[in-house]
Amino acid sequence: MSLPATRRPRLTAHVLGALLFPAVLTSTAAAAQEPPGKVTYEKWCSGCHGVDGRGDGAGAAFMLPRPRNFVQALYQIRTTRSGSLPTDDDILRVINEGMPGTAMPGWRNALTQNERQDLVAYVKSFSRFFETDQPDVLDLSAAPGRTDELVESGRRKFQELECWKCHGMAGRGNGQSAPTQEDNNKFPIRPADLTQPWLFNGGSKAEDIYRALRTGLDGTPMPSLEDALQGGIVTDDQLWGIAYYIESLAPGKAVVREVIEARLAENGLPASPDDPAWNAIERFWVPLVGQIIVSPRWFSPAISGVWVQAMYDDDDIAVRLSWDDRSKSPDPAWADWRSRVTAVMEPKEGGDVTAAAGPAATDSSTAAPPASPDAIAMWFPRSLPTSMERPYFFMGNTKDPVYMWHWSSLGDGSEMLGRGPGMIDPVPGNGNGLATQSSFQDGEWRVMFRRPRAAADSVDAISFTAGQPIPVAFFAWDGDNGETGTRGSLSTWFFVYLTEPASGAVFATPLLATLLTAGLGLLVVGRAQRRERNGGTDD
Amino acid sequence: MSNTRVTRTFAALFVTGALLACSGGDNTQGGGETDTAGGGESAAPMAVANAGTITGMVNFEGMKPANEPIDMSEEPDCQAKHPNGPMTETVVGDDGKLGNVFVRITEGLSGDHPAPSEPVIVDQVGCDYVPHVVGVMVGQGIEFKNSDGLAHNVQAQPQDNRPFNISQPTSMTSAAQRFSAPEVMIPIQCSIHGWMKGYIGAVAHPYFATSAMDGSFTISNVPPGTYTLEAWHEKYGTMTQQVTVDPNGTATVTFGYSASMAENAVVPLGEPFDPHNHSADGTAMRHAGDAPQMR
Repeated sequence: MSLPATRRPRLTAHVLGALLFPAVLTSTAAAAQEPPGKVTYEKWCSGCHGVDGRGDGAGAAFMLPRPRNFVQALYQIRTTRSGSLPTDDDILRVINEGMPGTAMPGWRNALTQNERQDLVAYVKSFSRFFETDQPDVLDLSAAPGRTDELVESGRRKFQELECWKCHGMAGRGNGQSAPTQEDNNKFPIRPADLTQPWLFNGGSKAEDIYRALRTGLDGTPMPSLEDALQGGIVTDDQLWGIAYYIESLAPGKAVVREVIEARLAENGLPASPDDPAWNAIERFWVPLVGQIIVSPRWFSPAISGVWVQAMYDDDDIAVRLSWDDRSKSPDPAWADWRSRVTAVMEPKEGGDVTAAAGPAATDSSTAAPPASPDAIAMWFPRSLPTSMERPYFFMGNTKDPVYMWHWSSLGDGSEMLGRGPGMIDPVPGNGNGLATQSSFQDGEWRVMFRRPRAAADSVDAISFTAGQPIPVAFFAWDGDNGETGTRGSLSTWFFVYLTEPASGAVFATPLLATLLTAGLGLLVVGRAQRRERNGGTDD
Repeated sequence: MSNTRVTRTFAALFVTGALLACSGGDNTQGGGETDTAGGGESAAPMAVANAGTITGMVNFEGMKPANEPIDMSEEPDCQAKHPNGPMTETVVGDDGKLGNVFVRITEGLSGDHPAPSEPVIVDQVGCDYVPHVVGVMVGQGIEFKNSDGLAHNVQAQPQDNRPFNISQPTSMTSAAQRFSAPEVMIPIQCSIHGWMKGYIGAVAHPYFATSAMDGSFTISNVPPGTYTLEAWHEKYGTMTQQVTVDPNGTATVTFGYSASMAENAVVPLGEPFDPHNHSADGTAMRHAGDAPQMR
């Protein structure tokens, strides 16, 4: 080329630019067409919520409640009137915090602020309602602060407004209208157990409860009290009272501790599961999760945990288990529920995500499962482990079976051997003297196990030695929720520890040591000072 | 004139003209009585020149299946209001007639029809919705009344409109709800009392009625023309008829239901939302730009 040297770089640049420009144009155009939230949504959300936002992702069949259908745009947690759309902040809140009690996690720490905000816009774009409607925001008041008067007022209002018809007199979700509920898409749904606030979809604080009372939980049977408020049936203060009352039903902070302490009984063991002596015994919360290890798996467990209390004396050990259960299975009032939830969750894992178990959905091929009882089991290794090696936590295996206490609402307590998940057989021989008693009230089971500490069978049963951590694990079944066999709620290994009372030596020895040391010290110092006074020279 | 004055004059003329044009178009009269008791009368259409009337009858051939008894024992106050024992209202009417059939014009109308200002009232008496089937215009208020003095909630489950769920802990009337899109039918139910079910037809015009127990219905003030009428029943489904209304005339229409229709009945209402429904006319896919359908 005869171009001067200075022109060549510019020409090259122009040629390069001309070649690359279409590519740049296409990619920016493509980027401009793609909504910013789409990549994030398809990576993190579509697995449950579906690529088209219809709540029919691959994971949806394993969840109850189902993931939200954004095309339908029925949002449960809002600050707006019932029937109204949510605000952007409402949607962002759920993305950030998740919805406890459901499969929706919080994404605050997993996604950046920009990513989450882009998701809000993308999620809204699935529904035509956001093009035409504006959210009707309610004027929610600030918390007045909890007082005893407000809690008492709330308790009275809870009675008057008949909340108990769904939520039960003690709030455990076992009201007379509870068994027949369904959500707006005809999936089975139950009124919340108000004593387990960590499972409230919108949060457990009084502010969250108050908000839910005013907005209602759209898509669910929980109505809004806004009209009652505007109509003077209830005042804003009274709504706060109800919120504080419900907050007061919570058990207080339940820190999960791995070691369940059994106390030495001073005046004999309690006589029954309702014996007031149990009230003085510390209780330990053991969380339970749906069994999803062994087929058939169970993704909608009813029992979220069990309270464990234990006492012992020289001869016997007594353990009381308490847990919330909405019905005393088998309860005919819940038979339809059992069919519905089984039809939706059980048949084929990975089954039809749209199968809503209304009357039309239960055909003759999915026959109603036979009535099954409520049951609970706790098991131990057959002998005290010498190391951290323990049997397989889920009911042992054939090589190393576990020794199990099993109770059922249709039978009694019995001693079993567990040889693997769901493989339970009675212990050989006459057992070791296990006795059980049970009581059911207001949506709560209490079962007391009592057995001599020393096992008659030295091979297939454990003896309860004091001062040693003894591994223990649990499994619970709610029969009316279709739970039987391996369908139920499972725990990992915990420990039960028979605490030995502190001996007097614990207090005496340090005192003695202090006195001795002080005495010796005085002696030494005193002698040194006397030597000095007597004009002592250095030694 | 100066430029500024020209501009100002034109602006003034323009604004005046716009105001005149806008004010002239509004219709201020809502009209007379609305359908509150399911007695077969239509909503309040405006007076129309040479308007005619459609009178109709819904016949029922064969034995009516017995309605199911309702176990209201958990609510003795409500049970006491049913001296003959509470029953569902699925199939009701005198011998040979069918009541609670919702009839409306689906084709042949044109123009806009403003909603009346009076609300429709749905009452809850004896733990039942009264009326069981009712029509309301798009944009017209519908108020829910609790006459039972115990807790009810009204849960409406439309597909083309926004579902809502209102608690009524004791006797009260709630503020008016409005449906912004036509939809036939919108089911309502109570979460506390599972047997309580009602149906609301949201219609974009006033030419609808619900048949009475004697099977009769009347739609008044109908502009002359030829129309398609659709009847809806909660168990026996839908059927259509053509009707021609002469100026100042009365057109007679008969719908004939029979017990055998239950097998193949298509009963449009707020059915479980189908996540797999990607069809163009599936409710989920209607966009804001669509013209409101005459339904």
